[in-house]
Parts: sequence; structure tokens; C-alpha cells
Amino acid sequence: MSSVTDGGAKPPVKTGMSKRRRKALNILVAYSFIAPNFIGFAVFTLGPILFAFALAFMHWDGSNPIQFAGLANFWKLFSDRVFQSAFWNTIIFTGFTVPLTLICALGLAILLNQKIFGRNFFRTVAFFPYVASLVAVAVVWNMIFHPEFGPVNMVLYSLGVDPKNLPAWAADRHWAMVTIIMFSIWKSMGYFMVIYLAGLQGISTELYEAADIDGATGWQKFWRITLPQLAPTTFFVSVMLTIQSFKVFDQVYMITQGGPGTSTLVLVYHIYNEAFISWDLGYSSMVALVLFLLVLLITIVQFRWTQRSEGDTA
Amino acid sequence: MTIASPSVSVAEPTLRRPRRRIKWGLIFTYVLVIIVTLTMLAPFVWMLSASVKLDRDVFAFPIQWIPEMPRWENYIDIWTKIPLGIFVWNTTKLTLIVTVLQLLTSSFAAYAFAKLNFPYRNLLFLAYIATIAMPWQVYMVPQFLLMRELGLNNTHLALIALQAFTAFGVFLMRQFYMSIPDELCEAARIDGMSEYGIWWRIMLPLSMPALSTLTIFTFVNTWNDFLGPLIYLTKTELKTIQIGIRMFITQYTQEYGLIMAASVVSLIPVLIVFLALQRFFVEGIASTGIKG
Repeated sequence: MSSVTDGGAKPPVKTGMSKRRRKALNILVAYSFIAPNFIGFAVFTLGPILFAFALAFMHWDGSNPIQFAGLANFWKLFSDRVFQSAFWNTIIFTGFTVPLTLICALGLAILLNQKIFGRNFFRTVAFFPYVASLVAVAVVWNMIFHPEFGPVNMVLYSLGVDPKNLPAWAADRHWAMVTIIMFSIWKSMGYFMVIYLAGLQGISTELYEAADIDGATGWQKFWRITLPQLAPTTFFVSVMLTIQSFKVFDQVYMITQGGPGTSTLVLVYHIYNEAFISWDLGYSSMVALVLFLLVLLITIVQFRWTQRSEGDTA
Repeated sequence: MTIASPSVSVAEPTLRRPRRRIKWGLIFTYVLVIIVTLTMLAPFVWMLSASVKLDRDVFAFPIQWIPEMPRWENYIDIWTKIPLGIFVWNTTKLTLIVTVLQLLTSSFAAYAFAKLNFPYRNLLFLAYIATIAMPWQVYMVPQFLLMRELGLNNTHLALIALQAFTAFGVFLMRQFYMSIPDELCEAARIDGMSEYGIWWRIMLPLSMPALSTLTIFTFVNTWNDFLGPLIYLTKTELKTIQIGIRMFITQYTQEYGLIMAASVVSLIPVLIVFLALQRFFVEGIASTGIKG
């Protein structure tokens, strides 16, 4: 920021300056624009990224000297049961969260794209969970789904569910993941609704008018016009949702702490535990590398798909 | 104070209902909308209601949505029971510094990437692009080790450093600047304005929509950040409101009313910023689709 005032004093273009000096000065000015951000970015983002790749092949506990580990951390992935359940839990979480959020977001978007009274208010309400602080809403979630006193189980009980069959939600091996998935859908569907709304507004009204003339029902219009026209949006939303789901951590930490047992332990949680609880920094980076490869895979798929569809239209 | 209505109206898909029975379709739609809205709102209403209840009344069933004797003292007690004031101050400070730094440095760098020619421009920009898809969780551990090496562990400076210089900010601003015609800068240069002047007097005022989008994204992300403060801040007097509330929960597990009151307090600033800048937020999502 200081360069704003420093540089402002000497205007870069001056008459009578040699062409060469002027060019050098212009380059200097350009770099002074980049520098404040780029230095911070290089030191605190680029550096650590390169370090992360190196660290995955090292043994380090953070205090003793670093040792080269070769592929030892890699082989450990195959014997580490906790990693394996973290990996599969992440896949399961993603496998359910992505399609369910997609359907809910699309449903919401179609519902709130209609001309109804108070539409903007309803949209705001649907979107708010996304910006609300996760800690605050996770605490409420824990209370609402409290196995003994929570209102959800109270309602289920008053509907006649046997107390023995009431789910213990976050405290139950089988229900804990369900609880987290439901929370995640509720929290982020408003965000993807906004993207779908933008997609819906991009569909030409003429298509619907033509369909009306042909006597198409609403259901037919949905399957034959809305859904195919939204395909690029759906693809984009799936990619974003998948990447976001691979990175899940906050809600797991707040709602179940990865438990009971390892039933909701996810990859980022394992990275966190291995680094900041066990101080096995090299191995933690190896797990992080797995996360990176998962995200990279999705990014490549997205890149290919986008290139192909651009090729089609061109 | 609501999400901006679309400029283009779309033929409403009246699901399953043929045209002559449109009234029924409309009623069906309203019922559905109200049910969905109640589901979305229920946790917040429950939070508000519990925040003015006695701990033993919080779980009373059937739910008493509006308590007969609201216990407003909860909102006074939380400030003394935990250092909530310090948490709020820490979070506000961090959020403001990060947001200002982010806006200044990214729009500054983006100007050069969009409007100036210099060696290695594309290479440097590629470095930003390449990291956009890189999850922070992949390099958070080495980043922590670096900060510890620099002695920034348990300081707010660490969180500022890691949040203020993002690839996302530079990318967003650069895309916006690309849409501003070069002739505008050329004309200003001929008039003898310096590049810094062009950035300050021409580009910044023109890029208010992009700046607003970046402001709200940065504000919400920094205010709500959880894992960053969790890793870096272990001293109570440094904690942000998110991990502060988390600490409160682990210390006073049974004080439901107070926990809810603290949660409500933590939601208010985001609610205000969100309602004020919501149009830019929605437009930002719709146009970039990128999330912090």
C-alpha cells in the first residue's frame, strides 16, 4: 500500500525522457502494482503449496530434524485403517450430499422463480443459512437433534415412534452421517438455488410459449425444456458441490467430532488430527495430497467437459 | 431488503397442472413455499426463542415459541460469563483489516494484470489461476509451520497474512477490469495522469459492483472462518467469536439459553452486511459462481 504514495510522486510518463528509460519506468510501475499482493501471495500461499508436496515425502514431528522418508508415508495410507474410513466417509458424504443438494436447490429455484407474492423474501430466507455462521447454526442443530430432549425426536415420539426406535442422531454410528448430510444440505442449498435461478432466467421464454401451443403439460415442459436447458448449470453446480464436499470439516468438528468411533471422520479431519494432534506432519501432508488428487480429478473432468461443449458450439 | 428480482421473467412451470386448473397449482405452490420457508427458518426461530429462556425451559415440549416470561438477562449475562466483548472486537478487527487489505491489494494488482504490459505478466497471472482450485486444507499444515517459524503463531497477523492475499480477489477484480475499455486509460494517460491516478480516479470508482462483491465475500468468509482461528489462536484473549462460542459450549454444556444468546449475537453482523449488500452477493454468485 505504501507504494501508492511513494510512486504517486513521480508520474511515469514525462516528456523529454529517453524511450528506453520510459519503458523501464513503466515496467517498474507495473511491478509496483503487483508487488503488495504478489509478495503476500507468494510467501503465504505459493510457498506453503510447494512445501506441502515436499513434506509428503518426509518424516517430521515439527521439532526434530526433517528426515527424507521416500514413499514410506504413501505405503502407510494402505495400512492406516483410520485413513481408509476417512476416505470412504468422505466419498459417502459426497455421494449423498451432491445429488440431494442439487435436487433441493433446483426445486427451490423452480418454486421461487414463479410469480408469487413475497418471492424476494422467500429467496432471502432460503439463502440466509448459507451466510449464517456455521458454529451458531451447528449448535442449534445439535440441540434440535438432541437424542433425548430434542424437538425432532419429541415430534417423532408424539407421532407414535417407539422410544427404543428413536434415532440417536449424532450419537449413533448409523445416524451420525445422516445428521451431517442433512445439515450440509440445509446450509448450502440456498447458495446453489441462486445459481439455478440465474440459469432459469437464461432460458428463452419462447421455448415455453411454443410448448404451450403444442399443449405440453407442466411436467413435460420441465423434463423436455427446463432440465436440458439447465444442463450446463447442473454440471457446474455438481463440480462445485463435489469439491466443496471433499473439503468438509467444520460441521463434522462441530456436530460429531468425527465420531462415534470413526463413523463420520472425513479426510480433512484426518489431516487435522495427524498434523495438530499426532504431529506426524509428513503423513498429514500425504493425506492432504490424496485430497488434492481428488479435487484435481474433478477439475480435469470439468476442464475436459467445458472444452468439449465449447467445441460443439464453435 | 430482499434478493433482487430478476429482470427477465420466465414462463412459470406450473408443475403437473394443466392451464385451466392454474388456481390449484398456485395454491399448491404457496403451500409448498410456506412449508419450505418454515423449515429453513425453524432453526433460527428456535435459536431466538431459546435465547430468552431459562435453561430448563429450552427443551420443554410442546415447544413454546414465544416464552411467557422472556429472560432478557441472558443477553446481559453472556458478556460477563465469557469475554464475548473481546471475541467480537477480535473478529471485527480481523474482518475489517482483511477486507480492506484484500480490496486494496487485489484491485491494485488486478489493474496491472488487466491494463499494463510487463514481462512475465501471463506467467505471474498463471500462478494465481493455478492456485484457485487448490483447497486451502491441502497446504494449511505447511502454512502453519511457516507462520510458526516466523513467530506468528498465536497472533492475529497470521490470520491476516493468510486471508488478505487471495488468488480469488485478484482474479475477480481482473475479470472486471478487462471489461472496462482500454481507451479510457489511454485518454487519461494522454492527459498526463499517472497509472496510480488512473487506478484511483478511474478504475476504482468504475468497479464498485466488483468491489462490493469482493467485500461481502471476504467479510462473510473472514467473520465465519472456523478452521483458521482454530489452528492459529489458542489464547483466549485472541480468539474470534466462532471459536470463542465453541469454547463456551465446551465449558458450559448445560447453559443452553446463554449459548443461544451468544449465537444470536454472532449472527447479527453478518445479517446486517448481508441485507445491505445482498444484491451484490447474489449478482456475484450468479456471474462468477466462485465461492471463497
